[in-house]
Amino acid sequence: MTTTSVNSTPGQHRFHLGQGPAHRRMRPREFGPTDIVLAGLTLLAAICTAWIVFDQLTLLSGMLGFVVVTAAVFLLYYYVLNRQLLGRRAASDRLMGAVATLAMAAIMTPLVLMVGFLFERGAHLLSWHVLTTTQQGVPLVCVPHQHCAQAGVFHAIVGTAEQVGFAMLLGVPAGILTAVYLNEVGGRLAHWVRVIVTAMSGLPAIVAGIFIYSIWVLKFHFSGFAGSLALAILLLPTVTRGTEEVLKIVPGDLREASAALGAPQWRTVWSVVLPTARSGILTAVMLGIAVTIGETAPLLFTVFGSTTTNWNLFGGPQASLPFLIWEMVKLASKSTIDLAYTAALVLFLLVFVVFLSGRILGSPWLGSAVRSLANRRSARRRVALEEVADR
Amino acid sequence: MTMSLGRRAVGVPPARPITAGREAGEMVAEGVCAWFGKRLVLEDVTLTMARNEVTALIGPSGCGKSTFLRILNRMHETIDGAQLAGTVSLNGTDIYGLEQRAVEVRRHIGMVFQRPNPFPAMTIAQNVLSGLRFNRLRVANPDEVVEEALVKAGLWNEVRNRLKALGGDLSGGQQQRLCIARALALRPSVLLMDEPCSALDPTSTRRIEQTIGDISHEVTVVIVTHNMQQAQRVSDRCAFFLAGEDEPGRVVEEGPTEQMFGNPDDPRTRDYVNGQFG
Ligand SMILES: Nc1ncnc2c1ncn2[C@@H]1O[C@H](COP(=O)(O)OP(=O)(O)OP(=O)(O)O)[C@@H](O)[C@H]1O
Ligand SMILES: [Mg+2]
Repeated sequence: MTTTSVNSTPGQHRFHLGQGPAHRRMRPREFGPTDIVLAGLTLLAAICTAWIVFDQLTLLSGMLGFVVVTAAVFLLYYYVLNRQLLGRRAASDRLMGAVATLAMAAIMTPLVLMVGFLFERGAHLLSWHVLTTTQQGVPLVCVPHQHCAQAGVFHAIVGTAEQVGFAMLLGVPAGILTAVYLNEVGGRLAHWVRVIVTAMSGLPAIVAGIFIYSIWVLKFHFSGFAGSLALAILLLPTVTRGTEEVLKIVPGDLREASAALGAPQWRTVWSVVLPTARSGILTAVMLGIAVTIGETAPLLFTVFGSTTTNWNLFGGPQASLPFLIWEMVKLASKSTIDLAYTAALVLFLLVFVVFLSGRILGSPWLGSAVRSLANRRSARRRVALEEVADR
Repeated sequence: MTMSLGRRAVGVPPARPITAGREAGEMVAEGVCAWFGKRLVLEDVTLTMARNEVTALIGPSGCGKSTFLRILNRMHETIDGAQLAGTVSLNGTDIYGLEQRAVEVRRHIGMVFQRPNPFPAMTIAQNVLSGLRFNRLRVANPDEVVEEALVKAGLWNEVRNRLKALGGDLSGGQQQRLCIARALALRPSVLLMDEPCSALDPTSTRRIEQTIGDISHEVTVVIVTHNMQQAQRVSDRCAFFLAGEDEPGRVVEEGPTEQMFGNPDDPRTRDYVNGQFG
């Protein structure tokens, strides 16, 4: 098979308007419209077959069994069809592609269902009112046939944002520095640090909460800050291990090149290693945030919860979204469970926003924009310096 | 990062700051030995790399050419367990003197590696300026520095319109020339090149050889190459390294390139430069 074939028969390629000979373009192994139609029809056939076999012939029932049989029949049909149409090699390629896609679907389905469930239970309750008010003065249990004020989750959003934000402030730099120590500095202690960090990542979240309770809360009372400390303990190992893995794949060549230009080691790390690993580090940080933002256990003994907005991270009990969900579900009345679902949806959206901004921050586009801005600023500073020097 | 001081020759001359760039330097290596762990890989190499000359290091694989080159700009000591002995001086100053900082030495003795290694997170212009930035050297007009270095490296015409593209977006040969520009932007006195053309096509190789010819009036070049024609084309002097089985590498013969290729003293040199080795 050739990759391109010249075809200059006049009139055959009416759409080719450019100069030069017309080429029939192709992309080997491309999954084109015909393949989509073929896959769709095969799926239809598979569903029909499964229905006949499953429902009509054997009188079995159950959604799961039906899906499994459909998938198996689909793979069989798809392979046979492609083998007839494209040959053995292409057919096995398509078959493996289909298996991989099915595996992906099997993983994605529960996730999508879960998110869908969350939206179904929470979306209609979401309103400006809920986002901007607190639980202050709202009775937890609604007496039947009485008007009941609707509670909001604003206080919990504030709490979660402050606690997680401060935990990031503590945990992210510490985690990245630890990873830099492990991978760039090394030495005798590195092995033990790595063992401890690994052990920390297996630490049950509640232990972090109890630990902070015993060393901080007992002395200084409950506060969002105590919660931040507990969350930072959980954030640290995730960020460290993730960052270490991406630092490992930064080529050693670059470190050598930098050293050969006369850069001290800290310079090499700061200007070459970390920028090269930037998007990977960002992923590690995002993973760390995802782990901590939904944690309830470490907050149980540290923030205490509250029904009103407490802006002060360092003083007094504070609310938090996961904590609120846990408390409201525990109360198990219609209104509290509704509130819990709303809070869960808000938490989900919050994570989504954080991830989105992380992606934007990490995109090469913004990177270059920031870079050129910084360049312009330093250029301006240089010009200013020269003007001073001239005088 | 260990360097055995015990094995170094005693009687180190008092450290002076290395006389800085803008003109080529003279490097003298005397009695240089190198170890990796307990293994001696280079023994008693004495070589003078004269100002404004291009010195080629030739010899079969594994005879210690790269190791020698890395000793010349203190990169050898960055490898765990690597040790050395002997003295190396630039313009009469011992670069291993107790008061010399390795980073300072490397600024004056640039290096181009076998594989092109531009910084992927930086643009072409930033790559060229990286050495200055790493050493906190401020320049009045960075754009001029970028242009000058790229012109010298023979890359300017190809990239003048996309200086903001990332360093990794260039072809292999262009990347290598970018690395040369990056090294030249620091105005080193000596430029060490470890098989700079081994991954390149004949055209890029030509360009780089041309570049070496162009810059040799302002920087002393030491180049490792496996290509005899290249050694003949670019170098003024040649040193032939050879390591026996289970023996450290030594310099078998060194001298003007013409003589090394035309009328060598040692039969082993003749065999090697004529491609009749082993
Ligand atoms: N990092 C290292 N650790 C241990 N031994 C090393 C290391 N680098 C090189 N050596 C050994 O030192 C000797 C010289 O190596 P060197 O890289 O200097 O050879 P070379 O002449 O540059 O060879 P080539 O032409 O293949 O690049 C070799 O025997 C090699 O095995
Ligand atoms: Mg080598």
